[in-house]
Amino acid sequence: MPNTRVRVPDSAKAGDIIEIRAMIMHPMENGFRVDTQGTTIPVHIITDFVCSYDGAEAFRVTLEPGLSANPYFSFFIRATRSGTVDFLWRDQDGTITRASAPIVVT
Amino acid sequence: MRMRVFIRALALVAAAPTAIADGPISHHDAHAAAAVGGERRSGYFWLTPETQRLQDDEFANPGTLWVEAGKALWNLSVGASGKSCASCHDDAAQSMRTVATRYPAYSRAAAHVINLEQQVNRCRTLWQRASGFVYESKDLLALTAFISYQARGLPMNVAIDGPATQSYERGKTFFNARRGQLNLSCANCHEQHAGGHLRGEPITQGQVNGFPIYRLLWQTMGSTHRMFAWCNEAVRAEPFAAGSQPYVDLELFERWRGRGLPIETPAIRR
Repeated sequence: MPNTRVRVPDSAKAGDIIEIRAMIMHPMENGFRVDTQGTTIPVHIITDFVCSYDGAEAFRVTLEPGLSANPYFSFFIRATRSGTVDFLWRDQDGTITRASAPIVVT
Repeated sequence: MRMRVFIRALALVAAAPTAIADGPISHHDAHAAAAVGGERRSGYFWLTPETQRLQDDEFANPGTLWVEAGKALWNLSVGASGKSCASCHDDAAQSMRTVATRYPAYSRAAAHVINLEQQVNRCRTLWQRASGFVYESKDLLALTAFISYQARGLPMNVAIDGPATQSYERGKTFFNARRGQLNLSCANCHEQHAGGHLRGEPITQGQVNGFPIYRLLWQTMGSTHRMFAWCNEAVRAEPFAAGSQPYVDLELFERWRGRGLPIETPAIRR
């Protein structure tokens, strides 16, 4: 499983805008490159990234070839109540990688 | 932006007043020498402010992915011995604190100078009794990045005396030898024209204090030897194999040439 890095603030006040950051190790091979033997390297990308907060979808991206390797997302959500922030990456072959982080909202 | 670079340059000059006069930075090209100021500078100096920020941001720096993968490998038991790196070396933050500053180093057992990658593989085959990592594999890059990361901020300080002398001399010869269809030596660009431009690109001093680096062009991590091979190909010379003795010698010379520069692993380079 590819390793991932996520960052969610440990705690926040209700109503605060908080920054969420997530990164996954992935080659994001675009299908246009050739190896040293001149053979085309097939496309290998992450197709979807979804972030859910407290069970509800908060952020979704459809990724395409042409994005750089190790895609990194940074975005903002509004803290409402304590819960977990869940992250999901779907590879083109259907493999799903998950990560999550708790947040305490006061 | 130009002003910022200028201010940064001033700050660096102020922070390092002890420019080492006997250093290998030559002054054949007055223009280049003026731009460099005759001091050793990390490739970081020539990055755009955006890329500098990417390197400085520990979360956004993609090299950290390899450092974290290396940390997992450090604690992973492998081979017939069932030992992990940590079984012998314990906490890397202490045991590996200065290691990256000292390599490549002479190994009495191997009877020649070896670099960090080769030392990792010696440990794996001799003590862990596992197979060695393939040079430039993700695992080897991860582990060397993790080990080098422990020395972050410490000055490079390799030994070139005693049994390492010959290796150092060979590396120095390599650095100054013209090669390839373009008939250029490393020194032609990285000493005589450091600080100048090759079309739109700044020419750096070719310092290796940030290796393994995350290179934006490669979209992945790479070792010094991958970079040497890349540079050799750029002057249309036949590259040597990664892990070959000519490159280990060159790496020793390069580390000595940049002595005093802080380890920046995982650095971002363009």
